[in-house]
Amino acid sequence: MLSVERLSKSFGGVAAVSDVSFSVAKGAIHAVIGPNGAGKTTLFNLITGLDTPTSGSIRLRGEEVAGLPPESLARRGVARTFQNLQVSMNLLAIENVMVGAHLRLNSSLLAAMARRPNLVARDRRARQEAAELLAFVGCGAYLGAEARAMPYGALKRLEIARALAAAPELLFLDEPAAGLNHTETDEVERLIGEIGRRGVTVVLIEHDMKLVMNVSQRIVVLDYGKKLAEGAPDEVRRNPEVIAAYLGAANDGA
Amino acid sequence: MLHAPPSALVSRAPTLIFAAALAALPLILPNAYYYDVAIRIAANATVAIALNLLIGYTGQISLGHAAFFGLGAYGSAILVGVFGWPPLAALVASAAAVGTLAYLVGRAILRLEGHYLAMATLGLGVVASIAIGNEVALTGGPDGMAVPDFSVLSWRLAGEKSWYWVFAALLVAAIALADNLVDSPAGRALRALHGSQTAARTLGVDASAFKTRVFVLSAVAAAFVGSLYGHYEGFVTPGLAAFPKSVQLMTMVVVGGMASVWGSVLGAALLSLAPELLARFQGYETIGFGLILVITMIFLPRGIAPTLAARFGRKAA
Repeated sequence: MLSVERLSKSFGGVAAVSDVSFSVAKGAIHAVIGPNGAGKTTLFNLITGLDTPTSGSIRLRGEEVAGLPPESLARRGVARTFQNLQVSMNLLAIENVMVGAHLRLNSSLLAAMARRPNLVARDRRARQEAAELLAFVGCGAYLGAEARAMPYGALKRLEIARALAAAPELLFLDEPAAGLNHTETDEVERLIGEIGRRGVTVVLIEHDMKLVMNVSQRIVVLDYGKKLAEGAPDEVRRNPEVIAAYLGAANDGA
Repeated sequence: MLHAPPSALVSRAPTLIFAAALAALPLILPNAYYYDVAIRIAANATVAIALNLLIGYTGQISLGHAAFFGLGAYGSAILVGVFGWPPLAALVASAAAVGTLAYLVGRAILRLEGHYLAMATLGLGVVASIAIGNEVALTGGPDGMAVPDFSVLSWRLAGEKSWYWVFAALLVAAIALADNLVDSPAGRALRALHGSQTAARTLGVDASAFKTRVFVLSAVAAAFVGSLYGHYEGFVTPGLAAFPKSVQLMTMVVVGGMASVWGSVLGAALLSLAPELLARFQGYETIGFGLILVITMIFLPRGIAPTLAARFGRKAA
């Protein structure tokens, strides 16, 4: 589905991502882990078109997509959530989710002003689907709420619902459990498993190791922008370099 | 069914009531002066609604919207008065020319993130009013020029009472069209861009294209109203396109309420009436405008209509 080869990005003299290669099989759940500043979010930004790679290749179903703008990647079935929330606070919760369906709706200004019947009918269906997605992520209570009135944990899940509204084939989740309590984290873990079972290929960045080990089939470990290791959760857990660079350090700190 | 949109009749009710009120208004308007005030409010409100789509909903600022209004007015004045075009053709041609101009500016500027449109439109407004002031042969320069009556075939539109119906209908149409747009996929895309451009783009919203489209739409609307207003007044001056008029339009949007169609109507009414009310303080009315703006920004930062709507527990229209 996705194949990243020798991908690099430097900001000025700093190599945020350097020479990273990995591939993601269709239907799999992948995790990208690594200490803060390892280049995980930059990697996501490169793949989802928010940043342009300095060098390297990103292939989506065989097609080279490196350097394409985010809207082109959205057209190719890529969706994502954000580590730092990117919710439109001026919209209702359900409207945020409906924006996810943008590419499947008639977005002409003139058709909208003329209130063309088929536009209205499809919009009504999109509203129904958005309501279902909000319920699916556990935000059913916030259907008519303004996004700005919602708590942090609910906004995190709202972003997942919005990404799902795009009916993506490849979904990137950037720290879906960051800032959530244990109950909420368990809920997000269950949610990611369910999204995977629905046939969506998922790549997630997460610091919660229990969640990562439970949901992912494959893990890529980044450190200082480089790929340190890759493998199944058990392999990665036992990899001495990973333990030294990341898990070990985390244990020492605990 | 908290999320269900209100039925068409319920969501249309304010517009229908407003239309009925406008239809009944002539019963209490005593003379031509009051018709004139009503016409100016309606014309300003229509332009303010179009400008609010750009500023309040999409978050892009135009500091030169009077230029589009003025270019529409002068386009019609020149094409009809100097070149003898039929007014309807001149109206369409002026709006199309302004739309093309806005498209070219928007395409070049709106690729950039940030408030570059404000600077570009400020410059455009200055250039437009200087051009109008200097092209004396065509525009009459600072003295202005007369505009022939608006007529279609043998039917001629003249007098405050006839024009009142034109501008009232225009305002009701603008309210209905803007309401339709705001609550549609395109309207949500525009509002989402205002909230988080990054997120909207990753969901497939082509940011520069949508901003350009709404900019063109609001410029064309301003030109359209400008053309008709020129015909109504029968005389146009460079002031129509000048910076103070742009500020006045923006003040209507901000005071009435950003991202509120009814706020624009309210803002236009207040700021169109203000000169009449402040007229007794001759020479100080500009201070009055400034005070209104400052007081609103301090005490009602969201604008009057959204603040009232929130206080009375209704979602801002």
